[in-house]
Amino acid sequence: MNPFSYERATDSSAAVRAVSAHGAKFLGGGTNLVDLMRDGVENPTKLIDVNHLRLDEVTRLPNGGVRAGAGVRNSDLANHEIIRTHYPLLSQALLNGASPQLRNMATTAGNLMQRTRCYYFMDTAFPACNKREPGSGCAAIQGFNRIHAILGASESCIATNPSDMSVALAALEATVHVEGPGGKRAIPIADFHLLPGSTPHIETSLKPDELITAVELPAPKFAKHSYYLKVRDRQSYAFALVSVAAGLELEGGTIKSAGLALGGVALKPWRSLEAEKALKGAAPTAEAFQKAAKLALDGAKPQKDNAFKIELAKQSIVHALTLAAKGAQA
Amino acid sequence: MSSPLCTELEEPLTPTSDQTTPHAEGEISRRTFVKAAGLLSAAAATGLPRLAHAEDAQAAAATEPHRIDLTLKINGKDYSLPALDTRTSLLDALREHLDLTGSKKGCDHGQCGACTVLVDGRRVNSCLTLAATVEGAEITTVEGLANGETLSPVQEAFLEHDAFQCGYCTPGQICSATALLDEHKRHDLSAVSFNTGQTATPELTDNEIRERMSGNICRCAAYPNIVAAVRAAAKGARA
Repeated sequence: MNPFSYERATDSSAAVRAVSAHGAKFLGGGTNLVDLMRDGVENPTKLIDVNHLRLDEVTRLPNGGVRAGAGVRNSDLANHEIIRTHYPLLSQALLNGASPQLRNMATTAGNLMQRTRCYYFMDTAFPACNKREPGSGCAAIQGFNRIHAILGASESCIATNPSDMSVALAALEATVHVEGPGGKRAIPIADFHLLPGSTPHIETSLKPDELITAVELPAPKFAKHSYYLKVRDRQSYAFALVSVAAGLELEGGTIKSAGLALGGVALKPWRSLEAEKALKGAAPTAEAFQKAAKLALDGAKPQKDNAFKIELAKQSIVHALTLAAKGAQA
Repeated sequence: MSSPLCTELEEPLTPTSDQTTPHAEGEISRRTFVKAAGLLSAAAATGLPRLAHAEDAQAAAATEPHRIDLTLKINGKDYSLPALDTRTSLLDALREHLDLTGSKKGCDHGQCGACTVLVDGRRVNSCLTLAATVEGAEITTVEGLANGETLSPVQEAFLEHDAFQCGYCTPGQICSATALLDEHKRHDLSAVSFNTGQTATPELTDNEIRERMSGNICRCAAYPNIVAAVRAAAKGARA
């Protein structure tokens, strides 16, 4: 690990000022950043500790939605009464990620900012990684790419986003609130994470000197009918091969609205507007779910080791929607 | 792919640990040896390229560290850590600087849970916690769980149920289980709670215990006895 200076920020504007220094980075829970620093993937020269900004509250909004502070720990967010009651999809997604210890450390903002677990990115012994070293190539494309993307990948990068929380946030249409030197702005979750294109080292639309302050969710629609299905190589404490965040708003035997997003398949949470549109107005039947699954995987392109993910994703979507319709977690 | 041993890296590699205790050149301490052996076995597990780390570690140690004066409150006692390298993890502060070696270093990547300690009553991986970030917090390690000679209920249960073989992961398992009981008492959920539908006050079934202890790996696979110990400790806590 390279040496770095350390300072605690006490309010968000001070944190934003401090991070403008060359090589500075915000430190939240540190579960991903410290790990990557230890292996030389991340090399900040200054850490701004943002754990004392008092951004750790979960509050109801006048519009019926909820605001979760950037510093709320994943375990606290998952177990917060408002989230458990009105956004169980988010609780379930969070609790399917990492381990209890890591969830106690990881923050809302840090979870949004966590980096891919592509082996070739994580290990500096592999010289080719366009994310780590722009222009150096992609070792994963020729390498072992069983865990990699099937949607939205490019010739520069086939990594996936590892977050479970973000997949639920995509289905729930969250908004990310940020603060920078020029003021505050809100970024819809769909625009927050970027597909790799030719610049896979630029991972989010957050500017380097902007601080995430909160995530907001609109009024709940899927409290009664949602399910987060995570398919992985072992039952717990592993990243998703494929995950599905499914939410249904049911009224008189038809689907009034649906939220559907996939994890483990792309460099961003993969929300399928086409599938959601097809579900709207339909009866919650196996046929409708199969049609949605087919639409969601439209355009999927496998790597040499992960063709299985396409069928796995389709079946996972049908399964998650079926469980959501049943109200499995109500 | 070229031979990993010949791989040239553009950036100097850095040591994988923040060991600050200097050793005379050529002297190999037990810890250095254990660390090197660990690197080799990690290399065996993940592919040979990691061998390069061990060779370049010494060269990179030349870079100048940033130092801060810290006071940490551990097991109710204040410990002063003057001029501590900011890179020092809580785990290394405990083990290498304060001789509190109960917390164990397994993977140093937050994957095994051997380093689990309680910070303000919450279980965390001390290997991924920078020491500087927990100044002002109440830190509890396995050394702080017993009341004098009286073991904590979780410690008793681990003994009673023979919940270990080699014992290396045990301090982390015990700290983790201690926090688990508190979390369960305040009705925290796990991923399993959603599958059983018990999303109000989940019962601490064996499946729940397994899920809630999944952040602690046991290479001896003493899992059945660990689950039994946690089950027993939970029953005791309810009684």
